[in-house]
Amino acid sequence: MDIIYDPFRVIGDALRGLLGGFGLPDWAVQLIMIVIGVSVLVVFAMLTMMFLTWLERKLIARIQDRVGPNRVGPLGLLQPVADMVKLFTKEFIIPTNADKVIYYLAPIIFVIPAFMVFAVMPFDRHAIISDLNIGWLYIVAIGSTSTIALLMAGWSSNNKYALLGGMRAVAQFVSYEIPQVLSVVGILLLVGSLRMGAIVEAQNTIWFVLLQPVAFVIFLLSTISEINRTPFDLPEAESEIIAGYHTEYGAIGFALFSLAEFINMFAASALAATIFFGGWQGPILPGWLWFLIKSYAMVFVMIWLRGTLPRLRVDQLMNFAWKVLVPLSLVNLTLAGVGVSVMNYYGWQLSSLPGVLFAFGTFLVFNVIMVLLFLALYRTPKVERRNVVLVKQASKSRPQTPAAASGR
Amino acid sequence: MIAIKDQRSKMDWIMEFLTFIVFAGMTLTGAVFMVTLHNLVRSVLAMILAFVGVAGLYLVLEAEFLAAIQVLVYVGAVAVLVLFAIMLTQRVSDPNKPTNNAQAWLAFTVSVAMFGILSWVYAPIKWPALPALPTVNNEPVGSVVNLGQQLLGAYAVPFEVASVVLLVALLGAIILARE
Repeated sequence: MDIIYDPFRVIGDALRGLLGGFGLPDWAVQLIMIVIGVSVLVVFAMLTMMFLTWLERKLIARIQDRVGPNRVGPLGLLQPVADMVKLFTKEFIIPTNADKVIYYLAPIIFVIPAFMVFAVMPFDRHAIISDLNIGWLYIVAIGSTSTIALLMAGWSSNNKYALLGGMRAVAQFVSYEIPQVLSVVGILLLVGSLRMGAIVEAQNTIWFVLLQPVAFVIFLLSTISEINRTPFDLPEAESEIIAGYHTEYGAIGFALFSLAEFINMFAASALAATIFFGGWQGPILPGWLWFLIKSYAMVFVMIWLRGTLPRLRVDQLMNFAWKVLVPLSLVNLTLAGVGVSVMNYYGWQLSSLPGVLFAFGTFLVFNVIMVLLFLALYRTPKVERRNVVLVKQASKSRPQTPAAASGR
Repeated sequence: MIAIKDQRSKMDWIMEFLTFIVFAGMTLTGAVFMVTLHNLVRSVLAMILAFVGVAGLYLVLEAEFLAAIQVLVYVGAVAVLVLFAIMLTQRVSDPNKPTNNAQAWLAFTVSVAMFGILSWVYAPIKWPALPALPTVNNEPVGSVVNLGQQLLGAYAVPFEVASVVLLVALLGAIILARE
């Protein structure tokens, strides 16, 4: 039974025993275990990415009443393989006036943080590569580095659309980082730790989405923006700026950007599942399966949003971050602080039933207050019509047509 | 380096030393490229390398919180800085543009003097080799819990004063930009 319910520890212990049996010293065993763990994680992330490209195309096709990929393999399941082979064998073109070093580096720097996030992801009770005590902060710090990669890509391409995409990426990511971080701080107050493992364990009795629904909505929206997906994919809005920062990238460069974006999408879904939906905690089924089920449920929500909503305008995007999400998350943080102080004052813990009931009641009231505040204060943006004033053309600038000259 | 007699194995010590060399090298390389490159964007990117190296040094010192904040704050700030560099600079890249001005020698002298003074101060100190990081309330001293309690407890006033200073700088920048 252990092999199903706790496979990571069983396999890990077996490997450790095997390596120890060869007479290797402790540090060598430790090193090999780390290498194996990281390799497994990288392979898992790659396979996830391939599956997600297929899943997204299939689901979007279903939403748009199409069939989607159905030629390569059963149900088109081998489509990602075909795509990858195509992208790997194409020529990697560098624009003549591009800054070559930065042009090469940008996709690589974009991919690395995407993998690094998984280092603190709790896949199961004993399946977390490194349960850092700064867990959430680590994820935020690693995530923020992707901004600079997109700017590098946009700038080094020496293409005005690419540069516009890079600039949009910076403006958007720097803005949406704030509500994303603040919305989780309320939960960190409840947990009393930044460790991802502790966040999951604290949801033993109640999922945090029930205590902090407003924070969850803020987190979901700002995360979708951070990972650059519709309706917030302004940096690569194809109807406005071709493909944004990766306009000039083809072949393997494009493949790396696409890889990182899909891995980011899965990481964001897994984070939402971990922080708000109890991570690997759940009845009957083993922990890793719960983790996957919850993560893929979040993935489905993201694809669903993409299939449903049109893209925002740039000004709407910025207003939404600074005038709606940031104030709302600040109010949420303040109220969460009040709630946690009261709980600490009376010595109520989330692990006991009265504590949970109290927390649920209090935070329900707080969330209702926040929703009412939002409805009362938020004014729906009016459709602004610009007054178009036609300026008389100066007659010198354009040679007069014979018809106009004759005064007809 | 200082002799280490201890419970820590030689392996640990070598690993730590190598890590230090790598991160220190990263910081210095980034810093040198930052001041010598002719391309503005490239030199700002070299600055990021230096910042990441400093974050790595914090990690070696087991100050994880500081390392994360270093990456978080500076990388975001640098991205905005690059934007302004691109928007406000006439010639982002010009190999003929000098990277030094007349005060370069003065700056060099001051830097060397500073290095000398700091070496003179720090060289005689015998850094004690601790077997492990000291703990407060079962947490390492640099942990988030202890840092937070210190910042909002014993050092609350300096902490708040620092934030007021930052706020004033922010408002000042806005007022200057408006004029």
